[in-house]
Amino acid sequence: MNTEILGVLFMFLFTIALGIPLGRYIARVYLGERTMFDRIFKPIDQFIYKLSGIDPMKEMTWKENLTALLTINLFWLFLTMAVLMGQHLLPLNPDGNPGMSADLALNTAISFVVNCNLQHYSGESGLSYIGQFMLMFLQFVSAGVGMAAAAMVFKAFRDKTTKTLGNFYQFFIKSCTRILLPLSFIIATILIFQGTPMTFEGKDQMVTLAGDTVDVSRGPAAGFIAIKHVGTNGGGFFGVNSNHPFENPTFISNIAEMFAQFVIPIAMVFAFGFYIRKRKFAYVVFAVMTVGFLCLAIPNVHMEMAGNPAIDRLGVNQDLGAMEGKDIRIGSGAAGFWSIVTTVISTGSVNSMHDSTMALSGMNEMLAMMINAFFGGCGVGILNYFIFIILAVFISGLMVGRTPEFMGKKVEAKEMKIAMLIAFLHPFIILTGTALAAAFPGYGEATLNNPGFHGFSEMLYEYTSAAANNGSGFEGLGDNTPWWNISTGIVLLFGRFLPIIGPVAIAGILAGKKYIPDSAGTLKTDTYTFGFMVLAVIALVAALSFFPALTLGPIAEYFTLR
Amino acid sequence: MKAQNSFFDPKLLNESIKQAFVKLHPKIMFRNPVMFTVEIATVIMGVVCVLVLLGNTDQGSLGYNISVFIILLLTLLFANFAESLAEARGKAQADSLRKTREETPAKLQDGRVVASSALQKGDVFVCVAGDVIPTDGEIIKGLATIDESAITGESAPVIREAGGDKSSVTGGTKVLSDEITVTVTASAGESFLDKMIALVEGAKRQKTPNEIALTILLAGFTMVFILVVVTLSPFALYAKVGISIAAFISLFVCLVPTTIGGLLSAIGIAGMDRALRANVLTKSGKAVETAGDIDVLLLDKTGTITIGNRKATKFHAAPQVAHEHLMKAAALSSKYDETPEGKSIVELAGLNLTNPKEEAEIFIKFTAETRCSGLDIGNVRIRKGATDAIKKIVEDAGNPFPTETLDTVQSIAANGGTPLVVIENEQVLGVVELQDIIKPGIQERFARLRRMGIKTVMVTGDNPLTAAFIAKTAGVDDFIAEAKPEDKMNYIRKEQQEGKLVAMMGDGTNDAPALAQADVGVAMNSGTQAAKEAGNMVDLDNDPTKLIEIVEIGKQLLMTRGTLTTFSIANDVAKYFAIIPALFIMAIPALAPLNVMQLASPESAILSAIIFNAVLIPMLIPLALRGVPYKPLGASALLRRNLFIYGFGGLLAPFIGIKLIDMALAFIL
Repeated sequence: MNTEILGVLFMFLFTIALGIPLGRYIARVYLGERTMFDRIFKPIDQFIYKLSGIDPMKEMTWKENLTALLTINLFWLFLTMAVLMGQHLLPLNPDGNPGMSADLALNTAISFVVNCNLQHYSGESGLSYIGQFMLMFLQFVSAGVGMAAAAMVFKAFRDKTTKTLGNFYQFFIKSCTRILLPLSFIIATILIFQGTPMTFEGKDQMVTLAGDTVDVSRGPAAGFIAIKHVGTNGGGFFGVNSNHPFENPTFISNIAEMFAQFVIPIAMVFAFGFYIRKRKFAYVVFAVMTVGFLCLAIPNVHMEMAGNPAIDRLGVNQDLGAMEGKDIRIGSGAAGFWSIVTTVISTGSVNSMHDSTMALSGMNEMLAMMINAFFGGCGVGILNYFIFIILAVFISGLMVGRTPEFMGKKVEAKEMKIAMLIAFLHPFIILTGTALAAAFPGYGEATLNNPGFHGFSEMLYEYTSAAANNGSGFEGLGDNTPWWNISTGIVLLFGRFLPIIGPVAIAGILAGKKYIPDSAGTLKTDTYTFGFMVLAVIALVAALSFFPALTLGPIAEYFTLR
Repeated sequence: MKAQNSFFDPKLLNESIKQAFVKLHPKIMFRNPVMFTVEIATVIMGVVCVLVLLGNTDQGSLGYNISVFIILLLTLLFANFAESLAEARGKAQADSLRKTREETPAKLQDGRVVASSALQKGDVFVCVAGDVIPTDGEIIKGLATIDESAITGESAPVIREAGGDKSSVTGGTKVLSDEITVTVTASAGESFLDKMIALVEGAKRQKTPNEIALTILLAGFTMVFILVVVTLSPFALYAKVGISIAAFISLFVCLVPTTIGGLLSAIGIAGMDRALRANVLTKSGKAVETAGDIDVLLLDKTGTITIGNRKATKFHAAPQVAHEHLMKAAALSSKYDETPEGKSIVELAGLNLTNPKEEAEIFIKFTAETRCSGLDIGNVRIRKGATDAIKKIVEDAGNPFPTETLDTVQSIAANGGTPLVVIENEQVLGVVELQDIIKPGIQERFARLRRMGIKTVMVTGDNPLTAAFIAKTAGVDDFIAEAKPEDKMNYIRKEQQEGKLVAMMGDGTNDAPALAQADVGVAMNSGTQAAKEAGNMVDLDNDPTKLIEIVEIGKQLLMTRGTLTTFSIANDVAKYFAIIPALFIMAIPALAPLNVMQLASPESAILSAIIFNAVLIPMLIPLALRGVPYKPLGASALLRRNLFIYGFGGLLAPFIGIKLIDMALAFIL
């Protein structure tokens, strides 16, 4: 019991300890300051710039930057769809897997472009190795795009007044080559040592203890799994994700994968502070996010370790915790912790089946994605948090008798319009999607694995996961139907790009405004009082938007089970 | 004039109640998106009531539906009433100002007599002692003492004259002496007061930038709640829970921020009204809002920081001169001196100045050339004046100017005083020290401003040495010495370039550019027309310390909005705990523990929640109109304080309120 909790604590503290220096490194990379890896990466960067004809030093406005970002993403989307639908015609397909249907290819391509990896297929039977590679490429670039967007927001608040937010391409390439690539390399190496396969050979044949012969899928998994976590992507190489014995073979590999997915979101917070030379601001943001994270993670670890009362009543021993859908090598404590890490940051990889977690654990997993601003995905987490800062700045600015300002810039009607729209968008796509699925039982109810409240949770979870670009699922849901593929595909696109466009636009507009120096009457945003205010706004917005839906799902399930 | 209108003045109440119904018109309601959605909800409930009346049975009892309908209607009326009451109070305040200018005959220059309402801009009229001035104007000829107590409440008469910075007269004030010729500056209905009344009355009231941003926030929350309620319908369908239309509507109305939505425009009007109560006319609501953000205050030394005039505080006798001798001579030199400085010397000496020998006394007036004044008594010549002027007289007569006296003169100047050297028959007797008297309590006000984060700047014509001393004693942060009008302008520009908002007060025509440049420019009512046109506020009291009050009014306005928004949204948590269990408990009995308030029945829970929601609006009207008190604690401490009172309070209050109403309902039903 205690070792499980110690293991969880170690993972958490170790990640934070390494997150701070990584944050400093990221800030230096974006600032263009010298780092010790320059000698290795500079030539690579230069080669890429030259190859693509990009001037990385060209300062661009927020509009130009966003145009570049969206164009490049659109290109990848179509390219990936083509590869997936035609993979049976392409090489590197030793298992002879077929090409994807159009709706599944659309869903898959979108979901990897948007850093979500909602997988309505199983890697073993659904993808050739070239398909896997295409997706692996997207795992890098989608994480890089999110980080580059965050870097543009950083840039907006470093200078007093500026029209430009740096250069998207430069931020993007550097994110990939200097941050994601080296980290993934380290993680992949650890995974290989732990037993994860890295091969181009097809299925292996094994004889089980019972004497049966089975075909075992393998492939270039270690590299894929490394970037799946480092880039907070979460798309598994195998269908059951990090619950699969190849994908996450040992407790050590579990620690490595946990660290890999958590470290960049934490580091980005510190990088923000280092970049804008306001370290205290970063500490406050970090504190708020940590408190929010722990409010979700501690109950989950507790509930999963305490076990299921309904099963207990059947006379089945629950000493190991609620073990349905979990693996003994990981344990209920580490699984409960992972279930929140993966949902808080938008990874969505799983090392246990969320469908089988306790009712309120499931609610916390959903809440983590509904809030989507505690650390959050690579880069985009801090953008989501930024929206809540703007809302909190507005309300608390009024409460102290000043028209609101953030970092010396007045927050006015235009910024409020964007911030409110983005804050509204998230509940809108989640609730509307779920409502449609609930209203048309032929599309929704018929695909559910469970009736009643839990079935409702399955639908709610699916749209929440899509909107938050998370990618995990209550996997009881039969989600490879045109309905689910297309509707979640749309939700994914909205849930990804509007929350990037909105904050970057706000930052761009604010950056162009006149800088107002602080006075004693200015509300400081690097205080814990203000941090509390942001936390309160986040909690209130989430509670007010989702309380009725959650009541009909996990809350009703909890009270019925009790 | 200063009388406050009580909240329960029956005349105001009647008018406001009437207006509350008039404002139900959708075209008017549409201006307020939050309340407009409530109006739509009310109409839907009305339709449901009719359906039930016609025999529909699946929407609950007729009594219940009608109750919901009536409570929603009341919610709307309460919100409208809040706005009407704020308007009525502002109007009443303005009317009492307007009353001072009832129909008065105006004697035109050409001898015709017309009614004041017929005066046009540019007309010229004449007023003599005893006349009531018919309308606002500017003196073009003459000088008069005027009783302005009808406007300012100040009984001491003031002097207004052509040409200077005090050339404006206000309609309704009374000429006490002399004759003036005045040109009309605004046609009837176009004076500042008329413009202000139009602002309060609403027809011309425009939303201020901050009000617009807040409306967006509230509209955003409203959209979220529309979404929540609309999607709840298919959710309930899936869970096979039947929910009546009344319950949906009630949930929605409870969730949308009706409290702040209903009070928002009342808060804005009340801000202008509070300015009006402080005898300040504002030209726009935006100016009041901006006042709350002011970073720098430019204040004239005289009248703001110091009492208008300098006073004699000490006699410094020259060597070998008796102290009494100096005192006597100084007092005699000022015997006929009508200037406040001269009078203060006589006062300080406190001697009997009667002339027992009845020698001839000749008063020598101060002139710009001699720069001294005095008295000749028989063959004794007493003079007092500026050091260099006196020194010249003394040295021309071949007498020495003592070095000790020179030292005294310098040390007085260094301490912010003005030295006046006194001589008798060209022999130096000593020095009289005049000091600026700093207004009592002004240091505390500046300390308060500093805690609010506002920098104070003193503007004075004094030399830098004196200015520095006074600035230090009074506790202002900066000063502009030997200030010329363009210095003010340059200072304002410089501060604005650094992103700061500047407020200033002025009266002269040469202040006009700076008043226009400042973010908040307050012109004195006595000032020239140009100054009044340039500024965005006019102070009827001509009180230079008024700026401080204006800043606090602005801050109060913003704070009232912020705190009530927080309160309104925090309320929703408790309302969820009242209504959500009520919606589902019949179909899902397991949810009973969610009914934390132990409300009697689903119907009473819903009614309690919307009743609480409705009565909150009238209960908060006094707070909205009076404003949340501003305390200069520093921003973070203030946020903690308001977050505790209005955030935490807003979380708890409805739990208690709804439970009490539910108990009452359970008792009645």
